[in-house]
This record gives sequence, structure tokens and C-alpha cells, in this order.
Amino acid sequence: MSEFPFVHSLQVLLHILTALLLSPLIPGLINKVKALMAGRVGPPVFQLYYDLAKLSQKQAVFSRTTTWIFLAGPVGTVAAGLVAAMLVPFGQDHAPMHFQGDVILFAYLFGLARFLTVLSALDTGSSFEGMGAAREVTFAALAEPALFLGFAALAKSTGSLSLSTMLAHTGPLFRFSGPLVLVLAGWAIVYMAENSRIPVDDPNTHLELTMIHEVMVLDHSGRPFALVLYGASLKLLVLGALLVGPILPRNAGPLLNWLEFYLALVFLAVVVGFAESVMARFRMTKVPQFLVAGVLATAFAFLLMLV
Amino acid sequence: MSLYLLAILVAALSGVPGLVTQKSGAKEAAALMSTSALLGILASAWVLFGASESGNSILMLPATALISWGLVSFDPIAAFFLVPVLLLSATASIYGIGYWGDHQSGARQVRFFLGLLAAFLALLVGATHAFVFLLAWEGMALMAFVLVMTEDREPETRRAAWIYLVCTHTGTLLLIGAFAVMAGATGSFAFSELPQGFASSGRGTAMFVLFLVGFGFKAGVLPLHFWLPSAHAAAPSHVSSVMSGVLIKMGILGFVRLVSWVPDPPGWWGGTLVALGAISGIMGVALALGQHDLKRLLAYHSIENIGIILLGIGLGLIGKSTGQPALQVLGFAGALLHVLNHSLFKGLLFLAAGSVVHATGTRDLERMGGLGRLMPKTAAAFLVGAWAICGLPPLNGFVSEWLIYLAAFRGLALSRWGFPLITLGALAVIGALALACFAKAYGVVFQGQPRSDQAAQAAESPSTMLVPMGILALACAAIGLAPVLSAAPLDHVLSMLAGNGQHLPTLGSLAGLPWLSFLAIPLLLLGFILWKWAAPKPYAKEQPTWGCGYTAPNARMQYTASSFADGLVQGMSWVLWPKVLGGRVRGFFPFPRRFESHLLDPVLDRIADPGLRGTAFLLSGLRFLQAGHLSIYLAYVLLTLLMLLVWMVV
Repeated sequence: MSEFPFVHSLQVLLHILTALLLSPLIPGLINKVKALMAGRVGPPVFQLYYDLAKLSQKQAVFSRTTTWIFLAGPVGTVAAGLVAAMLVPFGQDHAPMHFQGDVILFAYLFGLARFLTVLSALDTGSSFEGMGAAREVTFAALAEPALFLGFAALAKSTGSLSLSTMLAHTGPLFRFSGPLVLVLAGWAIVYMAENSRIPVDDPNTHLELTMIHEVMVLDHSGRPFALVLYGASLKLLVLGALLVGPILPRNAGPLLNWLEFYLALVFLAVVVGFAESVMARFRMTKVPQFLVAGVLATAFAFLLMLV
Repeated sequence: MSLYLLAILVAALSGVPGLVTQKSGAKEAAALMSTSALLGILASAWVLFGASESGNSILMLPATALISWGLVSFDPIAAFFLVPVLLLSATASIYGIGYWGDHQSGARQVRFFLGLLAAFLALLVGATHAFVFLLAWEGMALMAFVLVMTEDREPETRRAAWIYLVCTHTGTLLLIGAFAVMAGATGSFAFSELPQGFASSGRGTAMFVLFLVGFGFKAGVLPLHFWLPSAHAAAPSHVSSVMSGVLIKMGILGFVRLVSWVPDPPGWWGGTLVALGAISGIMGVALALGQHDLKRLLAYHSIENIGIILLGIGLGLIGKSTGQPALQVLGFAGALLHVLNHSLFKGLLFLAAGSVVHATGTRDLERMGGLGRLMPKTAAAFLVGAWAICGLPPLNGFVSEWLIYLAAFRGLALSRWGFPLITLGALAVIGALALACFAKAYGVVFQGQPRSDQAAQAAESPSTMLVPMGILALACAAIGLAPVLSAAPLDHVLSMLAGNGQHLPTLGSLAGLPWLSFLAIPLLLLGFILWKWAAPKPYAKEQPTWGCGYTAPNARMQYTASSFADGLVQGMSWVLWPKVLGGRVRGFFPFPRRFESHLLDPVLDRIADPGLRGTAFLLSGLRFLQAGHLSIYLAYVLLTLLMLLVWMVV
């Protein structure tokens, strides 16, 4: 597709701004939907921006047992998330960075974020945070294959190893075809698990024993905690783009494409908020079964691609 | 070429000063080994970056004779494998100055045999004749046996060393058979290309199976891995780093040489290697998760990484047999680069683990903790190793795994998509489990609070131990940040693995290696900026860890290594069969209870050990044959000869 360089660079700029600035809106939208479903007014949609502004003014408290790793967790999560955001297409056909094999880098950047988050949780020496970290790595061992099998199905369909082509030009996997629905179903499960949403994890609970992500960041405060919150919202945005990418119809006009992308994200936030309102969190022992369902869905998608 | 022979000679002599002089000889050994490494790496660079002929032309005198007899040759494969061999030997011997000082038992002999081990390893990579190969192979195996035996007062060490010796000799026996079959096909014991069609014949199959088991024993491929964990744990840590970093890679060298001889490998060869690689990879990391011994944990990770390397070689072989040059280049390149990468980060991890063992006097994870504050440099070195071995960007482990992933994704487009899919799934699972395992290892050893008095009194190691770790860590970062540097050397090696008259595409044309460097820049830059923004100002307060309302938490209440891995170990208990003793609490006022959980090795403890005991029991009936008189044995020889004569006549 030939584009004017001007339009192209404008889209890159829009992409970067979206990645940097818009992600805190998604948790705000989710919480608003949950509040409305529960019959409350709820916090404003921009609440996370206010929280971030407040936290960046605050003094941080560090545990005596921690080392520099404690800070590397939040920093690494945001850095890896922002780089990953440059690899996934938003409203345009091609992400700012795209090359054969970027899909693996994309997945491993999230692995890097997880590694550093887990280490920074273990750095406190607290049993609770150790428990959260152990759950995080355990569930990731099931989420990872689901993600990669989905990539395998899309790679088989498009003959490409670049995320931009896989998501924007899905080839024979046209929208709402059987395999694609299965891939997206599997990825939706990964999305819930990776972002620590209900039914895998509860972002609101205050019982340390039942949490995964929240318990890992119990000891963070001030600016590091602002990074943790921002990193979590960034993950919602970037993995959300992965989820909505294959469904979006691609038009000739870039404006329409971007509009569709934003609408799809709002829709995704509403769906997540809705799901969180009508479901309860699974017992920890049930979570692996839920994740295995994701692996199976993507595996079936790949098998269907062969038919 | 002569540089290569000189490097071998210098390495072999590195331990001698300590034997013949009054001085300890540790520094001399380190200096000689470093010289040898510099010579060898220079020679390798000459071959890998330039033309091989010019490499041969410097000081040809002793070399020409050996080449003309076809005994050794310094080809790209040899040059590539020589780099980790000499680099790790040099770092190990520098490390040995501080780690295995003269107060330790047999310090001089460790230095002497380490030098010989390095020399045999270096000779092995260049061997192009079955006799030289087997000679170097046996030399390497025996030197390693002596080195594992260093602390022979411990019964555990003796057991580990004997199991190793039995395994390596079984492997050598099979290799002798394999070379005999091969010589039958080519007419010579010098290495040369096998005739077209031989690989698919019955004898070709026999040869492949013999090589597979023989090299598989050395590489530690599951289920032939069972000598590896205890031998690696029992040896001094700098020896472990050489064993895990390069000695087991000699099995891989064998597979690579085999690939270079076979013009038309049958499809099932590659499939077998992929299947074995997936099993070794997943089971290796799963067994590592349940270990309490830091060095055994690392040893099981070596099995996992051998699995990853086999996945790459297997895909490359499938590419070679189906005529898919892209698969061939990416699979072999990923496997070869992972050989180098694994030796760098696993060497680093073993040296860091040795530093921890040195400081705390224990290998038990549950007695460590909080060492990150007491030994920050060792902790940083271990973290770099852990980061790299988990395959996380932007370090070197990611680059080689990325290449194998690329091969697998490309393989999906073929009609034989099954093995690439297995590779893909296996790599994803291995990646996630390795991350869990190293989060556990780093977290329990270096973070939190010390769990024992020894750990609380640990102190940073001397600089002779830190410098080698620094060298290896820098090498990991260099390959990770500038993977393009590895493209030209890999292309040289790959040209030796091409089929008859086949011209392979370059690695650079198939994989966008510069992109990885390009994206590492924003990652590091963002990390730096955010660090500056979030780093604690002077006014940041230090408080105890939030105890969730409990006011008197102590170090024993921290999450342990076992509990961290418990979820995954229980989830895989149907293959791992963890052994749990006690722990059940009954009644309202229970007495103190003991609880133990162990992860036995599924092959050694459940199959090989009982199986061999049973065999020994059954064969004890034949003991009367071993009467112990020379004349009886001579009679046996005579009888055998007579029977052979009768057999030949009839």
C-alpha cells in the first residue's frame, strides 16, 4: 500500500501518542462499566490519570530487605510494554516497527516484564508476595502456549512472521471464520490472565491470599507504584490491540481505521467490565483448567487451518 | 592452524608450573590458559571472519604433516567450537585462583587436569579422523572423571563420578561401533562425506542410532542424562562451568559433524532429534524446578538447553532432507549460536553459583537468601546469566531462541508442519518454565532475608572470581545487543553443513538481526529515563516489608524455593512423581512434624539404578567364572579364539 510519507509519519506519531497517553483510560472505562452495572456512580473515567499525578508527587517507601531490583520491576515493565506497543498495529496497517519475527520479540518482551515484576516482588522477602509471584509464573506457563499457538495459526494463514501482517491482513482467516474465532477465544482467556482480571484474578480484592498481581506490588509506593499502575494499563491496551486487530475491517481511509480502532477498544473495555460484573473469580485450583481451555482453543484453531 | 596447535599445547602445559615448582602455580596456570585462549580465539576469528586458507598459511610447519595425514583440520566447525572451549577454560582457571586456592584439597592436581581437559577438548573440535576423535574423546572423559573426583572423601562424589565413568564409557563403546560402520561405507577412518543413499540404508540406520546414543550420552539428552546432574553438582564449580559449558557440547559437536558428512539425511533423523529435543527441553526444566540444590538445578537446565539445541538441529536436518534451505539455515544457525550462548551464560551461572557456595558453604537453596545485599556483584552476574538463559531480550539467549522460533514458524508453511509445531509449543513451554525456575533461584538465593547464619555472614568474593564472571557477562550482552556480529561466522560454519553442491542463503538475508539491536536501544533508553524518574530521592524512607498486619515476621516465614515451585511441580506430578514424606498434621494440639519433598531423577533413581541392581543380582550366578587366576583367563582367550576359528571355517 503506497502512502504519502506525511500521512505515514502522522500515523506513527498518533500511534506513539496513543501508546503513551491513552492507556490509563481503559481501566477507567472498565471501572465505570462495573460501577454502572452495580448501580453506583463510580469514579470518573479519568481517575487513573489523577492517581498517577498524585502518586508521582508522593514520597516512596522502600522495604529494608530490597535491592535495586525492587525498582527495576516497575521500570522494566513499562519500558518493555512501550517497546512492545511499537510492534503491534493500532489503527494503521503497519506498526511503527515491523519485521519478520517481531511476533516472538513481542511475546518475550512481556516475558521480560513478568520476570522483572516477579523478581521485584520476591525482593521484599514477604510470603504474600512470594505467593503472588509463584501464581503468576505458574499461570504464565499455560498462557504462553496459548499465545504462541494462536500466532502459529495466524502464521500458517498469512505466511508471515510479522505481527503487522498477521493482524492486519489475516489472509484466508477472514473475519468471523471458525479458526479465527477460536484463536480470539483462546487469546481472550490469555487477556484475562495476563491482565489479572476476573475470573482469573480480582483487581479489587483486599485479601492478599487470593490475589496474584495486586499482591506482588503490595510494597511499591510513590513513583514506582505509579509505574506499576501505568504498566498494567499499558498491558491492557497493547494486548487489547492484539485482540481487536484481526476483527477490524481495514478501509482505505486512515481516519476511519483509527476511529474503528478506538471504538473497538472502548467495546473491549465494556466487555471486560461486563464480564467482571457478572462473573466471580475462580478458585485458584480452577484457574489452570480455564487456561488449558485457552490452549485447546488455539490448538484447535491451528488444526482447522490445515483442513 | 599452527596457532590452534600452539593453543592446545599451551593449554595442556598450563597446570605444569604448579607441579614442578614450590609456588602454587595458580596464577601461572591462569596466565598460560588465558594466553592459550587468546591464541585460539585469534585463530578462530581468522577462520570465521576471513578466508580459511590464510588461516592455514601462518607457520604451517608442524601443521602440514597432521593435515596431510587427515588427522586434524582447523575448519569453520572446529573454529566455532574452539571459542567457547578456550574462553571457558580461561575464565575457569582465572576463577580457580580464588575459588580453589591451595588450602583446598588437590589444588595443584585440579589445575593440571583442567589444563589437560582443555587441551583434549580443543583437540577434539579439530579432529578429522576417527582415531584422533576417539583418543581426544577418551582423554576428555577421563580428565573430567578425575576432576569430578576432586572431593573423593564424600561418598556422594564417588557415586557421581562412577556413574559418569560408566555412562561415558558406554557412550564411547557405541561410538567405536558407529565409526566402524561409517568406515565400512567410506573405506577410511578419516572423516569424509558419506556416499549418496547410505544414510537411508539399513547400515546407515544402525550408524545413526549408534551415534545418537553415543553422542546423546555425552550431551545429556533425556533419557541418557542421568549421569549429568550429580556429576555437575559434585565437581568444583569452575570445573562444572567447563563441563556444562563445553564438555556436554561435544555431544552436539558430534551431531554437527555427522550432519556435515551426510548429503541426504532421511526425514526421520530430523524428526527424532526434534522429538528428543522437546522431551529433554521440557523435562529438563520441569526437573530443575523441583531441585533444592543450586548446582543440580543448573545442571538440569543444561539438559533443557541441550534440548533447545537439538530442536534447532532437528529442524535444520528436516530442512536438509526436504530441500528447504531457509529452514536449514535458521535451524542450524539457531542451534550453533545457542551452543555458544549456552556456554557463555551457563558458565557464568556456574561461576556465580560457585561464588555463592564459596561464601555460604552450602548448595541448599533453602539455607540461602538475602545475598543480593551481601554479594551485590555476584548477584548481578547471576542475574545476567538468569536473564540470558530465560531467553529474554536484549541478551544473547533471546537471539538464538529467536532464530529457532523463526525456523519453526517457517516450517509451519511446509507439508511436514508437525515437527515445527512441536518445536514451537515446546519452546513456549520451556520459556515460561525456565522463567519460573530462575525467578525461584534468583529470588530464593539473592533476595529477601538470609535463611541461615551462614547466609547472613556471607561476603563478596575476591576480584579474581568476579573478573571472569564479568568477562562472560559482557560476552552475553555483546551477542545480545549486536547479534549481527555472529552472522558472518555462522555463515561460514553453515556452508560446511550444506548438501552436495548446495548453495545456502546467508543468515542475514533470512533473519533481520539488526532489528534486534535497533529495538534494544529504545528499551535501554526508556529503562534509563524511567529509572532516573523513579529512583529514590534522598528523602525516601526505609521501612520493614509490609507484613499484612502481622507485627513480628522473621526470615523463616519467607516463601521457600519448594513452595514457590509447588504449583508447577504438583501440576506436572503425573510425570515428575515428587516424593513427599510426612507433613500431615492431625488433631487439635499437634506435635511438631517433619516434612520433606524431593524430586527424584526419573531415569537414574527409578529405572537405571533398580534395573542395574537387578541385573547385577541375576549375573551374580556367573561370578564363578571370575576365579582370579591368570591361567584361567588365558584359557578363556584360547577358547574364544578356537571358537572364532571354528566359526570362520564353518
